Amino acid sequence: MLWNLPYLTVVALIFIGMATILLKRNLIKILLGINILESAVNLLIIALGYREGGVAPIFTLAPSTYMVLPTPQALCLTSIVIGVATSALLLSFTMIIYRKYGTANVDEMRELRE
Amino acid sequence: MILDFIFINLPALVVAVPLLAAFISPLVGRISPAVRKYFVLGATALTAAIAMILAASVYRYGTRIYVFGAMRPDLAVPFDSGGIPIRIMFTVDAMSALMEVIIAVVGLAIVIYSLSADENRSGLEQYYTLMLLLICSSLGMVTTGDLFNFFVFIEISSMASAGLIAYRVEKGRAVEAAIKYFIVSTIAAIFFLFAIAILYGQYNALNIAMLASRMQFSLLDKVALVLLIACLATKAGAVPMHFWTPDAYSLAPSSVTAFLVVASQASLYGLFRYIFTLYNLSLNAATVGWVLIILGMLSMFVGVTMAIPQKDVKRLMAYHAISQTGYMLLGVGTGLAVLGNQPMMDAFGRMAMEGGIFHIINHAMYKGLLFLTAGAIIYRVGTRDMNKMGGLGHKMKWTMVFFMIGALAIAGIPPFNGFASKLMIYESVYLFNPVLAIIAMVVSILTLASFVKVFHSIFMGPELPEYKDVKEAPLPMLAGMAILAAIVILFGFFPQQVVDTLIAPAANALIDQHGYITSVLGGI
Repeated sequence: MLWNLPYLTVVALIFIGMATILLKRNLIKILLGINILESAVNLLIIALGYREGGVAPIFTLAPSTYMVLPTPQALCLTSIVIGVATSALLLSFTMIIYRKYGTANVDEMRELRE
Repeated sequence: MILDFIFINLPALVVAVPLLAAFISPLVGRISPAVRKYFVLGATALTAAIAMILAASVYRYGTRIYVFGAMRPDLAVPFDSGGIPIRIMFTVDAMSALMEVIIAVVGLAIVIYSLSADENRSGLEQYYTLMLLLICSSLGMVTTGDLFNFFVFIEISSMASAGLIAYRVEKGRAVEAAIKYFIVSTIAAIFFLFAIAILYGQYNALNIAMLASRMQFSLLDKVALVLLIACLATKAGAVPMHFWTPDAYSLAPSSVTAFLVVASQASLYGLFRYIFTLYNLSLNAATVGWVLIILGMLSMFVGVTMAIPQKDVKRLMAYHAISQTGYMLLGVGTGLAVLGNQPMMDAFGRMAMEGGIFHIINHAMYKGLLFLTAGAIIYRVGTRDMNKMGGLGHKMKWTMVFFMIGALAIAGIPPFNGFASKLMIYESVYLFNPVLAIIAMVVSILTLASFVKVFHSIFMGPELPEYKDVKEAPLPMLAGMAILAAIVILFGFFPQQVVDTLIAPAANALIDQHGYITSVLGGI
């Protein structure tokens, strides 16, 4: 049971993230929901590559060759970098919207509803 | 020697040239804006040339692969890796090559057009950087043979598109459209990554060919398939995930909108690629085929009915873009529904798929053309509201001609290219299920009705006093439209030759999963 804990955390985080995105009305909170969702997927990728008792996959002076998988970590790093760029762009959009509309509440953005 | 080197590295160059040009162009812009203009034009022309040479070589000699960081670019499986392709690679088969040519040619036409359409705007350094990045990422999406690499290109494409949609702030409305698009596509991309993680966890590989050869179609694979289809259909703008499309298409600058159409086709390519190459016969083809058909029918019908009451010319065209995406899903979905059933495949399945793929290329051309003409009209008149326009046919004759070509092509009137692909879809789908074909024809008639109305309210009628000094669109804009219009007419007059030389190999490449795997992993 306990070795499933990372996966259960992933599921819980995905639900929290989706609930935040769907239920909250404030743009900043929606963005935080997206970030939670991102962390959930990153955690899943890292958990897939983990071996109990494995060492970091660096061959120089390695204590043993029993290592965790390096590819998921590389994927995760890339995904984190992409996540940072995404958050930055979303936050800057939110800033412009707040400046122009005077609100960050999605219910009050009615310019495009025809 | 140098030519050999270029020829060997073609698949990498087709992505590298726009990527490098994207980040060099702001530096070049420091010299003078005019130099930057010609630099961007030269870079896109070079990209188009590379894409065409690459496509010619793929059609002639078969699938090309390009492995990054290997001793030889075609060495997919290193000697000491135990039969696993460990490196990132590009795989260019006939379908990828076709998509690449579409993207590069439309990209060229759009850059020519935008040289004068967006000349007087501020922030052009960023504009061209994002434009070239968007071209680069779409090319990357159709070239790559690696799932994670596809995810990276999806994200680059979302970011560049969102930046371009928000480019004209328009009192915050364009930014609202952009944030809507970006939130939707980011969530879609996160779930795409989730699907990649599921597949990686089971098969310990990211290479599409490797995954395809190991595919078991377990319960987890089904979950991954659902996530892949949902994500890519969202990015392609199919109903019921279409709500970002009208906002984004109508508020982006027109040249950007024309390219967003092509970028969404790249996602559609991804959808077809993963269903056919990754899963192919291991999935329940009839069920998934019907899912695509139903998505297609919904897109077609909802798109066209929502288009008819619109007043904003670009919003109307955006709804038509949704509706046309439905035809591609219908055609390819029909092909998928009979996959594995050889007699039915020969009778109509292959033809339906060819029709669907032919419609992708046709749609990219005439929809791009229509958005460019809309842009030219808005550029001269200054409003997007069709009720305020009228009598522009007196002053903007060439724009009117190009609009007519595009409108007749989208409505499926001979001798334009839309007719050729729609006829193939009708004929083959009628054999599969007559009701679907009849609905498709009705949608086509509604499209025609809607465009007759648009044409009338923009171009016909007496000259309005407020548009007395409206002039014809500038020459570079007309040149951009002329490239697309020429292709529309050319494909309309010679559909059989185009289908035989370009489309049939692409459809075969999708159907033939074994060929794809063999070309990457060698004979297994």
